[in-house]
Amino acid sequence: MEGSKSSIIEKKFNVLIVDDAPGIRMMHNALLKSFGSNVETQVAENGKVAVDLCNSGKYFDIIFIDKHMPIMDGVQATRKLREMGVASVIVGITSCDTDDEVKPFVEAGLNECFEKPLTREKIKFVFEKFHKDG
Amino acid sequence: MDALQLKRQLITFTELLFREGFLDEQFHQLQQLQDEKNPNFVVEVVSLFFEDSERLLNELAKALDQQNVDYKKVDAHVHQLKGSSSSIGAQRVQRVCIVFRNYCNEKNVEGCLKCLQQLKHEYAIVKTKLEALFSLEQQILAAGG
Repeated sequence: MEGSKSSIIEKKFNVLIVDDAPGIRMMHNALLKSFGSNVETQVAENGKVAVDLCNSGKYFDIIFIDKHMPIMDGVQATRKLREMGVASVIVGITSCDTDDEVKPFVEAGLNECFEKPLTREKIKFVFEKFHKDG
Repeated sequence: MDALQLKRQLITFTELLFREGFLDEQFHQLQQLQDEKNPNFVVEVVSLFFEDSERLLNELAKALDQQNVDYKKVDAHVHQLKGSSSSIGAQRVQRVCIVFRNYCNEKNVEGCLKCLQQLKHEYAIVKTKLEALFSLEQQILAAGG
């Protein structure tokens, strides 16, 4: 595997993965953990769980969130999180491939949006673009 | 067959799957995430994909069998299958999903039914191929490789 498990990236990141498909949560979790011990992850199976986690006081540097989910989808969750004042970097990861489909998601408050599949390159891009100082 | 011969067979078989477009680079990414701490990672993720796909294919068949087809519902299922197939690198399945979504947008029931048949076909093939791949890996382990 690329790099050392100890820490490929220098900064610490607390990351939330939000997707209703268990296989995708598992995959995204493993992809993020492959960047080393500086990346802490948590998963949520829909937007409501994500919102409740943030409401309970948990802070995430980055939230990777799917668009289509039951109970509360990615658009509603992103909007809600921004209304709550959540300042996390929110990255949409969606199977949507047209501007019409992606636009409402972006307008809900995303910092970035990628088409699935999530890859190491896309994650690296996010880490490098939005890294925190200190 | 000894472990070395089986390993050669596995390499050839895997290369064929990529060459024939059943799998794409995303499957490599999946394989790279497997290590000593997660020795069954690929099998576990792919098994979840199988479960999810079979559920979605059943839902699609039901949705397209309705008198008044709810194309939004059909599209939602195809969309989900597109996402999960792209995430494990099941390229041919993903490609059929793209065409399928176009027919949903056009509310073309004939096109949708044709795509459903193609999806079932491509899914069955990739499932068989992946199961064969995993079986080879198990044989290599059993042979001490």
